[in-house]
Amino acid sequence: MSTSAITAAPALVEMRGLTRHYDSRRGLWGRLTGNPGVLVQAVNGVDLDIRRGETVGLIGESGCGKSTLGRVAIRLHEPTAGSVRFDGTDLATLSPLELKRLRRRLQIIFQDPYASLNPRKSVLELLATPLRLHALASGPELADRVGAMLQAVGLGPEHLRRYPHQFSGGQRQRIGIARALMLEPDFVVCDEPVSALDVSVQAQIIGLLGRLKRELGLTYLFISHDIAVIGHVSDRIAVMYLGEIVEEGPRDAVLGDPRHPYTQSLLASVPRIEGTPGGARRQRLQGDLPSPVAPPPGCKFHPRCPVAVARCAREAPATTAVRPGHRVRCHLVT
Amino acid sequence: MSAPPILSVRGLRTTFATRHGMVTAVDGVDLEVLPGECLGVVGESGCGKSVTFASVMGLVKPPGRIAGGSIRFLDQELTTLDEARFRALRGRDMAMTMQDALTALNPAYTVADQIMEVVLEHDASLDGSARQRRAQARARALEMMDLVGIPSAAKRLDDYPHQFSGGMRQRIMIAIALACRPRLLIADEPTTALDVTIQAQVLDLISTLRTELGMSVVLITHDLAVVAEHCDRVVVMYAGQVVETAPTRALIDAPEHPYTRGLLASIPRLSALDAPLDPIDGRVPDLVDLPPGCRFRERCTVAEARCTSEVPMVPLAGERAVRCVLAEGGR
Repeated sequence: MSTSAITAAPALVEMRGLTRHYDSRRGLWGRLTGNPGVLVQAVNGVDLDIRRGETVGLIGESGCGKSTLGRVAIRLHEPTAGSVRFDGTDLATLSPLELKRLRRRLQIIFQDPYASLNPRKSVLELLATPLRLHALASGPELADRVGAMLQAVGLGPEHLRRYPHQFSGGQRQRIGIARALMLEPDFVVCDEPVSALDVSVQAQIIGLLGRLKRELGLTYLFISHDIAVIGHVSDRIAVMYLGEIVEEGPRDAVLGDPRHPYTQSLLASVPRIEGTPGGARRQRLQGDLPSPVAPPPGCKFHPRCPVAVARCAREAPATTAVRPGHRVRCHLVT
Repeated sequence: MSAPPILSVRGLRTTFATRHGMVTAVDGVDLEVLPGECLGVVGESGCGKSVTFASVMGLVKPPGRIAGGSIRFLDQELTTLDEARFRALRGRDMAMTMQDALTALNPAYTVADQIMEVVLEHDASLDGSARQRRAQARARALEMMDLVGIPSAAKRLDDYPHQFSGGMRQRIMIAIALACRPRLLIADEPTTALDVTIQAQVLDLISTLRTELGMSVVLITHDLAVVAEHCDRVVVMYAGQVVETAPTRALIDAPEHPYTRGLLASIPRLSALDAPLDPIDGRVPDLVDLPPGCRFRERCTVAEARCTSEVPMVPLAGERAVRCVLAEGGR
């Protein structure tokens, strides 16, 4: 797909100022003692557009809020502030019934296929339930659709009566994908779908997700901590750090000409198969990810940033466009 | 290969009795670790890479047992060593770090206690009263925490594992492993649970300490890119066997075994973003019910009729060896 075709298409998902905080004070003890508690700022003021037919890769380290953003984007979790428009409709304005109807078009694939499939349900039940709940099919048509989907993800009718524990990790992820696609969604959040898998199986699942996207015209938000995987599947990439998107743009711009110091350090940290032992050490990022409970003031990356200046500790940077569609949140980028 | 190896494993067989039958998790593994080198051991889940080194460390307990072969470490045969002698060796001359530092560290003891325990157990250089020995061990604990790069180590000696981040916990485990300056460090997936920026820090630390302390390192990992950046030689395992061994660069540039080739073709590379990934079809065979002959045969794209008979390791030029009848010599 050419870049111009992508930019011409209307945005299917529009996130504006999307924010999700978790209040972790609400224990009984906390209430009794009047403990002011802590607010975890998981996602903070995220603006992100996802156009129909594209894959946006969302990358970041553990605790940066990428999974929370994926869940808030399909309203699996309620946002604390901000809005999500899906195909022109603001999800917050929908009645519960309207939301349920719309949910059919918003699906999610989870990281851990061991934990996300009910162990007491057979594959047939797992895949038929979404259709039954939405009253989209019954009887022989239901069985046909389950069979067809199973085939589309590379499994066969002999697997219908089996239970999740009878499958390998890769096959279980295929079932998770089939379940998400049963309702013919438009938008699928893929939350670390290959992180739990061995590398040869990972390549199979990446191939499968790509093929299904082309055949079914899907739009993905693909969440991963693995830059190489993100680079392979994405049209555009958003880099997240402590609840904020610090850089976002076309894949080749973000990976080929990264402008945010965090993106640059992330790329420098990735071990490369072309690397040599004891070869020139690239710039490594020092320190740990700060806690989202007490994020640093100013630019949240400044305590670890190799090029931070005094201003970075005082003022949060605004977003700057470095080229069309390529935005960076850094004082030093103009 | 001039200097004699410090670790030499020959024909190792480690079995586990399970409900479904006898599983030979490690089946005839040969490998050597040379003084001062970093050896990468690569393979996917269940290939036997961790069990091989649990056997070396004497950590295989019933229902598992070492059913055959020999493990020689610094001129001692480990498979017949009694537990008391093994205890003296483990932690002093060879040490192991585990993948998950949170479960490997004891949550009820401070990190100082856990480093000191190893030193008090093994270090013959401590002297004086019990109190003096403890003071010396505590000084060593502080020295080790500085060495592995824990910020304000003196203040954190009496902290508990849960008070450290994942990367710091992995560093503490490395500090415990290195407290007695072992000749061999076995690092089992030291960075798998860590974020990429932290992973780079920990791997750089292991490489630096290897040079500074002059020890050998075995890096057990599923990630060939980690091996490329940190290991001199590499052993590739599949379904309980070694299938290929070679100097790292040679293996990555010109893999001989079809499994190694498949593994390399499956890895997404930042340098070739539009190159399609070429996965290995099928799945790892069930170790309870192995096909005869080459264990990779059923997933192999170039398998022939003769692959159904037993395949030995074939030595190749350039200090390489491969378990495939189609490699060089056999062609």
